[in-house]
Amino acid sequence: MTHTRTALGISALIVAGCATAPPPPSAADLDRITEQVMKASFREQGIAKLDRIQQDQGQAACSSDTAPPEAVAKQIEAAAMAGVKWPEGGRYIGDWRVGETLAQNGRGMTWTDAAGAPSGGNCYNCHQISKAEISYGTIGPSLYNYGKLRGVKSVAAPESALIVQYTWAKIYNSKATNACSGMPRFGHAGVLTEAQMRDVMALLLDPQSPVNQ
Amino acid sequence: MTARRLAAALLMCGVAFAAQAQPSTADGIARYREMLADGNPADLFEAKGEALWKQKRGPKGATLEQCDLGKGPGIVKGAFVELPRWFADTQRVQDLESRLLTCMETLQGLDAKAIAETPFGRGEQANMEALAAYVSAASRGMKMNLPQAHAKEREMFEVGKRVFFFRGGPYDFSCASCHGEAGKRIRLQDLPDLTKNPGDGVGFAAWPAYRVSSGELWSMQRRLYDCYRQQRFPAPGFASDATIALGVYMGVNAKGAESIAPSIKR
Repeated sequence: MTHTRTALGISALIVAGCATAPPPPSAADLDRITEQVMKASFREQGIAKLDRIQQDQGQAACSSDTAPPEAVAKQIEAAAMAGVKWPEGGRYIGDWRVGETLAQNGRGMTWTDAAGAPSGGNCYNCHQISKAEISYGTIGPSLYNYGKLRGVKSVAAPESALIVQYTWAKIYNSKATNACSGMPRFGHAGVLTEAQMRDVMALLLDPQSPVNQ
Repeated sequence: MTARRLAAALLMCGVAFAAQAQPSTADGIARYREMLADGNPADLFEAKGEALWKQKRGPKGATLEQCDLGKGPGIVKGAFVELPRWFADTQRVQDLESRLLTCMETLQGLDAKAIAETPFGRGEQANMEALAAYVSAASRGMKMNLPQAHAKEREMFEVGKRVFFFRGGPYDFSCASCHGEAGKRIRLQDLPDLTKNPGDGVGFAAWPAYRVSSGELWSMQRRLYDCYRQQRFPAPGFASDATIALGVYMGVNAKGAESIAPSIKR
């Protein structure tokens, strides 16, 4: 009797097993599988080590087609803003000519670049900047007349301070004002030096820069 | 017409053309591609691939003619537009290059791992490009139609979507940074939106492709490898699951798009 019952129980299980396919993986399962796939699929090459696919909180929160919850976004922005290193001695503005060269330069930090080689700013890849350069990308907004449109008549004038500081923060860590900004964090990630950021600042804000003509 | 008069007439044509309203850069590139398409050097890779397919090679001295690309042993036509797909013998979802590796190993006795680790364009990797050109060309003009019937195919689509949106590296880039919206470009290069069907012969339906700038035939594996280089990521392994998952995601999104592979790129 007991035996029959057990046998019946087992055959019932087998029937049930045949009739129903395993449930599809949950979203959490898929996240876990993806993590394993990422880990198994990449190898370090040149200067590009595997730590580059270890995401920080912001990268992880901005890795889907839906934006993170408002509270998470605010937290990422606050942490980014708190980490902005302001320029020494309040010197925000360098040479727009050097800034233009940096904006044109898309090199740096790939596995074919040498360790310690200076990086460009990659700016024209995504933005319109000066009117003269017609080969510009459109992933980011146009920055033509950036300073002029924001009323910057002199970068040193007190009324320019807010926009100057905002722009510095934007370049240093774009996530300070937009948690999932598509722009690299040039200061935070060490892509550009403080001196280079000053030059890019000049390109955008200096009334003499071709950007503001 | 004498040769001289012909030359003069041709010159006139050139002048007349130059005098026309300046075409946009995109128009110019499209026209350039059109002119090149007449003599797409991918044809040469295709011919080489066909010869390799039928040639007895490797320790086993076998051809690839019994290779099962998903539609049964030896069936090449129509296979490309249904890849990546699930293969019961390897218990894996495989893309074209991954499946070619399997056939080179099982049928010909070649070392798949060694081939996967060979730099692009060299040794057996150069043969791989030609084979990819040959197999894809046999589906030219057909519509992308990746199967999603198997649970693992659906799982790889979901994984591929996650890999596509995965942000990392010093620049915080993901595939979606450049290919997540329609109508965007880098410098003057138009970028297909790969989260949707980008249209006939665009994106996934355009690779493998002959690249004029480098004179090379790039498979989708090589295309992805260079995307990741520019994303400032570490290197994706050849035929790794991340690259295959991306293929499933892009390929399923492109359902119905006409394949023009192997195409020609700047």
